[in-house]
Amino acid sequence: MKCARPKILFADNKYCPGCGHGIVNRLIAEILEESGDDKKALAAFAVGCSSWMPDTFGVDCVQAQHGRAAAVACGMKRSRPECTVFAYQGDGDALAIGLSETMWAAIRNENITVIFVNNGNFGMTGGQMAPTTLAGQITTTSPGGRDPATTGYPLNVIEMMRTVDVAYLARGALTDPAAIRKTKSYIGRAFEAQRTQAGYAFVEVLSPCPTNWKMTPLDSLTHISKVVEAVYPLGEFADWKMKK
Amino acid sequence: MGYGMAKVLMKGAEAIAEAAVRAGCRFFGGYPITPQSEILEYLSWRMPEVGGTFVQCESEISGISMVYGAAACGMRAMTSSSGPGFSLLQEGISYIASAELPCVIANIQRYGSGLGDIFVGQSDYWQTVKNGGHGDYRTLVYAPNSVQETADLTQLSFEKAEEHRNPVILLTDASLSQMMEPAELPEMCGHDPDVPAWALKGKGDGTYKRHTSVMYSMADYDSYIAEKYRKIERSEQRWESIETDDADLILVAYGISARLCEEAVEISRGNGKKVGLIRPISLYPFPNDAFLDACPRHGWLCVEMTMLAQMAQDVAIACGMKQRVFDLGGGVGFFDTDTVLGAIEDIFSRRRKEVYGI
Repeated sequence: MKCARPKILFADNKYCPGCGHGIVNRLIAEILEESGDDKKALAAFAVGCSSWMPDTFGVDCVQAQHGRAAAVACGMKRSRPECTVFAYQGDGDALAIGLSETMWAAIRNENITVIFVNNGNFGMTGGQMAPTTLAGQITTTSPGGRDPATTGYPLNVIEMMRTVDVAYLARGALTDPAAIRKTKSYIGRAFEAQRTQAGYAFVEVLSPCPTNWKMTPLDSLTHISKVVEAVYPLGEFADWKMKK
Repeated sequence: MGYGMAKVLMKGAEAIAEAAVRAGCRFFGGYPITPQSEILEYLSWRMPEVGGTFVQCESEISGISMVYGAAACGMRAMTSSSGPGFSLLQEGISYIASAELPCVIANIQRYGSGLGDIFVGQSDYWQTVKNGGHGDYRTLVYAPNSVQETADLTQLSFEKAEEHRNPVILLTDASLSQMMEPAELPEMCGHDPDVPAWALKGKGDGTYKRHTSVMYSMADYDSYIAEKYRKIERSEQRWESIETDDADLILVAYGISARLCEEAVEISRGNGKKVGLIRPISLYPFPNDAFLDACPRHGWLCVEMTMLAQMAQDVAIACGMKQRVFDLGGGVGFFDTDTVLGAIEDIFSRRRKEVYGI
């Protein structure tokens, strides 16, 4: 069997077995290399499981503060408009502590690409409740299951972003090869939006976290298709080409 | 705008903005707060004029984050704030220091904790000088006492930030930023963001660069970081000494307070009292060398607009904790030259209690 991987991924990733981050990392790496954008790519990596990436993902990058990757990416893009700038963030980072920076990058329609990994919890710190945690979901800080009466409902950030003028919004999953291919096409279009200076592009990826969900990797994927996708529907939700 | 070498009448805040542009700063991200909003207002039109970037950010946190990204790309980048807004910058300043990137932050002090108020104060000395963020770092801190020196030190701040790959804070206050004085602005100097070794521009056909805490990639980080700041402490002390050689009492004050103290020294000398002044210009590093060998008979009087003596502690340390240090503070009410003269009189007649004794 021939095993090849993008050169950008110069070291094995450090994620838990069955984690979706490794697949998302690989999809971004493939897209950057296929387009040649890897040579002019600048990344802002978030804090959380994303902060493994400076050790394994070989593009020019900044380790952003927790929640601030979108703002750091804006600073980079406005300084180097010729570069391909992306932020890579998890759900605690982008939607809890960083919701302001996340939304304002979208509101200003900054010409950056944001890849957002939704695995329903704070993975790096051991599985606490995140803004994306499903109602009733047990986490280490919602031991009785998330109670929307006191913690609010799962946050669908794409619905928020649809209220402002952005270039591209999509949500994909990693549940089987077809879903992975579709997610790759979404990420590819998000970088295309930047390349054509269409504006802000955001792709949410529903991603398994078997370690903290306390499920097998296969059960985690089934859980996403049967339960998570009902709360966070897949598809494209804004497309600059459709506006014209 | 066609400033030549002639002096122009400017507000201190605008002098920071124009001097930054002339120092090659082409990125500013910030948030309005009195008394520094004039910096944003000025740069909102001035940056586009010179092809730079101005962003009015959603918060100070976003502003310093954008500065982090811009600095990583080799830009000369700046933000500015005051009071509560300056508190919000601390996390970002710590990250930028840990990644060893240069940037300039202007802190236009207002008075008080919490919301405080918009009038002049110097109560953010410790926060600014003793690293307000988490971790093992320092920021160089420059404290001008006039609009002219504000412009000069703004330019110096960008140079020193790059020389030491470290954030530099320009510490002024509400009165220095709001008052107008004639100033000669520095000549326009270019800055090529492609030149700095740390500038991200895409890896091209080479290896990639990453900006994160340098402690992750340095074999002997502990010795390195200690020596980095020791070197700054040896080489970057700046101060002005006025009539200190024969002084029986030496005042210590920075920024606007030093202006009052200069007048107090002149009046005291006219009245036969041998009073001098040390005006720290760099607050980090604190100019300890200025205090070597000085042993005024009546001690030292630290004059600062904070009621809980802050710089007075650095004065006591600079004197090896072996001399009397008095303080004169201000808060909601502030002092004038007569107040300073009153304190001097009290010390000469041994009616005032020191804040740090022998």
